[in-house]
Amino acid sequence: MPTAEEIAAEEFSRVVERHRPQIFRFLLSSTRDVDLAETLTQECFLKAHRNWGSFRGDSSAMTWLMRIAINLQKDHWRNRRMQFWRTTRTNSVDLDEASEWLPSGESSLEQQLLARERVKQVWTAVKGLSERQRTVFLLRYVEEQELSEIAAATGLSEGTVKAHLSRAVGRVRLELGGKR
Amino acid sequence: MSWMNRQEDKAGKLQERGVEAVDVELEQAMKNFRLSMHAWSDAALSRPRTASQTLRRRSWRLAVGWALGCVLVAGSVSGGLFERQQQIELRQTADRQRAAEHDRQLQEQQARAQVTDEALLAGVDSDVSRQVPSAMEPLAQMMADDETK
Repeated sequence: MPTAEEIAAEEFSRVVERHRPQIFRFLLSSTRDVDLAETLTQECFLKAHRNWGSFRGDSSAMTWLMRIAINLQKDHWRNRRMQFWRTTRTNSVDLDEASEWLPSGESSLEQQLLARERVKQVWTAVKGLSERQRTVFLLRYVEEQELSEIAAATGLSEGTVKAHLSRAVGRVRLELGGKR
Repeated sequence: MSWMNRQEDKAGKLQERGVEAVDVELEQAMKNFRLSMHAWSDAALSRPRTASQTLRRRSWRLAVGWALGCVLVAGSVSGGLFERQQQIELRQTADRQRAAEHDRQLQEQQARAQVTDEALLAGVDSDVSRQVPSAMEPLAQMMADDETK
């Protein structure tokens, strides 16, 4: 008969298996750095594993994990700013490379190029957003989370989330409209 | 008046259409953005791991760091030793110069003292010879003649 610890471990490994791609994707879109996203994802699950016993299930496991990931990402950027004497080289890919991942589908070459150009413009707008606006925007438009989920993950009120989202979308719209 | 209204309506409709066009475009761009992000993430998750390369890069950096550190330490230690040796040599030279100066002064002093003694003796001799009374000279000569006889 399995012990309580074994059951918890089994449960946690299922959570990792289920949510790892989403957490990784969010961190990748936030950092545009595959290695860094992997490291932060590992740290996120390590932290979650340590605190798995204290997770009461008030929110969904995904929201809880996303909150950890957001905090790790914030800490990372804060540390980078503090350690300004360290090497400034980052592994973040440039916007062109980030825009190249569009699936070709059944569209023509011209349409593909146009779509790639639009994706690049979205990336440009995202790059110019504040940390909070970017987080909210990515959670909404890449992870397709509900406003309430975003509010729970970021610790902001739904109104604040809406305001950040509106500004972020405005910026993207401006970028798309201005480059026509 | 009605012509102006028609123009305004037309402009309004065109503006609405423009906004709608941007919104459609925005929606499509967002969708493409999401699709590209999902594709990139899936590809990154299924890529072969490059832990060894990272490790090699890190170990290379570590080695360079250590080498630089060693060079710095060796440089500062040898610099310190050189500086100390220089100071010792300077001090020894200064000591030697001071001793030579002292010897020279001593010799000069001795030479000066010798000269003074000789001059004093010569002075006394000349003084004594001058004190022989000239009136006694004939008598002294006679005594000298008797002795010869």
